[in-house]
Amino acid sequence: MNTVSLYAGSGIILFSLGLHALLIRRHLLRKILAANIMGSGVFMVFIAMGARGESGVADPVPQAMVLTGIVVSLCFTAVAIVLAVRINKLTGCTTLAVDEESSID
Amino acid sequence: MTELIVQQNWFVWMTLLPLGAAVATFLAPGQARWIGLTTALFLPFCALAAIAATVFSTAQPLTVGNWPTPLGIELRTDGLALVMLAVTALVGFIISCYALGYFPPRQHHLSRTHYFWPLWLFLWGGCNALFVSGDLFNLYVTLELVSLASVALIALEGGKAALAAALRYLFIGLLGSLAYLLGVGILYATYATLDITLLGEIISDSRLNHAAMSLMIAGLVLKSALFPLHFWLPQAHTMAPAPVSAVLSALVVKAAYVVLLRLWFEVFPALDTLAIGHLLGLLGCVAIIWGSLMALRQERLKLLIAYSTIAQIGYLFLVFPLARGEAMAGAWVGGVLLMMTHACGKAAMFLMAGTIHHTAGSDRISRLAGAGGPIGVQVVVFTLAAATIIGLPPSGGFFAKWLFINAALATGQWWYIAIILSGTLLAAAYIARVLGWAFLDVKRSSYPVIPWVMKWPPLALSVIALVFGLIAYAPVQIALIGAPVSVPLLVEFGP
Repeated sequence: MNTVSLYAGSGIILFSLGLHALLIRRHLLRKILAANIMGSGVFMVFIAMGARGESGVADPVPQAMVLTGIVVSLCFTAVAIVLAVRINKLTGCTTLAVDEESSID
Repeated sequence: MTELIVQQNWFVWMTLLPLGAAVATFLAPGQARWIGLTTALFLPFCALAAIAATVFSTAQPLTVGNWPTPLGIELRTDGLALVMLAVTALVGFIISCYALGYFPPRQHHLSRTHYFWPLWLFLWGGCNALFVSGDLFNLYVTLELVSLASVALIALEGGKAALAAALRYLFIGLLGSLAYLLGVGILYATYATLDITLLGEIISDSRLNHAAMSLMIAGLVLKSALFPLHFWLPQAHTMAPAPVSAVLSALVVKAAYVVLLRLWFEVFPALDTLAIGHLLGLLGCVAIIWGSLMALRQERLKLLIAYSTIAQIGYLFLVFPLARGEAMAGAWVGGVLLMMTHACGKAAMFLMAGTIHHTAGSDRISRLAGAGGPIGVQVVVFTLAAATIIGLPPSGGFFAKWLFINAALATGQWWYIAIILSGTLLAAAYIARVLGWAFLDVKRSSYPVIPWVMKWPPLALSVIALVFGLIAYAPVQIALIGAPVSVPLLVEFGP
């Protein structure tokens, strides 16, 4: 097992762990962390792909993509935390189990 | 003069203009309405100019910063991009006009008015960038731009239900796009390119590519709310203010679907996709029936429209099993046509629902009893918009369904015809239910006066949706420029 597949494999495992936690956990902060771990898993797969360049030099394109991905993931985390804090302030709970009775009227 | 129009890269302006205007409206909230409306007025002309530029000269794909393609980002306008740019510009313009009336200038909800314009213009710019992207990673970035703006727009109402719907939508969007991104990573590992055209030429039928394709399709299916992954849509689309609901249902869902169409027809045609196509078709069928039945049961007008969106998304996914062999072009064009006409019709329906809510004071369908007298015109406009959802001639929905049925016959998959026809019947039923309540003979007190921008723009949009079938030939010809399909639209059945 070489380094590239070790990294790519760990990335896939991180992705699956994050996916599991995102679906199962109810606490909003845990969900946000889970989404970040999923993202890190994907980024790790990308970085592992970058190692496979000609003449031993890493391919820069996946690294550039990971940088962009980190920015996107940062924005999403920020918005998610703001929303979670607002929900916590309005309802006092830390889950999405807000009463499903809609309040359109 | 003609030279001047043809030489410009209009589609680049269609991305830069809304993004710049979004920043401007954020910095100068006092002027937001006028900056927003001017941008909205300008974009349809840009779309026309972009179409003219492509039709009258062979537009070259533009590589940003002139970097060679793995590094530079390729932007291009093929037919699909052009028609989507144009439809988005038209629907976006109408929604912007409506929003002027919906978010009045002086109101105690000052924050709502402030944030609608920057977010909506960001979303618009993101959609336009998505349509012209020719690169898988750029599609990911633009998808994220669109879904981030949508999350913020859903949360605009500020209530706890709206915030919860927004956060749930954020998690769903993130899940979908990370699955898509993992697929992109796997493809890049094998082929070291992300260009859609290049990948389509060199991709081969391997297990790894199937894994990548499944991940990408699963992510996009989640984002475009196909049954059984639609659970987030009704809440997200109904908690938002009316113009936002219209944007989400008419445009945002289509953005993910456009990416899916590109993947299926331009990146993965070399793969054996028979089984996945049938699976998507089956889910589409369930979505049509289940979405329509749920729409029939709803107590609230906006929820009814949201479930109708789920049913219409089901039709869009019939493209995948139907587009094979000689029916390829017919099914593809049917899908594109349905996407365009549904964007117009559904936007008009959500806008009219907002107006009806505003005047009748309630969103409950039962509370509309007798509303047909005082606000009969509004209910009739709502019905006109719904005609394309049902698929009555001469609406675009009718022609799209006709093309689907033709493709189903040509490929010998008759069961899809039964589903399409029963979906049509159910759609007629849930629209008729609204009309039935509205025109009950009940005396009503007077209604408040509403601004004209909340009445006439939706009417224009629903009339466009209604006669779209008659003017659809030109848009279809434009959509076929550089399309991945090139066989006759209708398959002849002669003795």
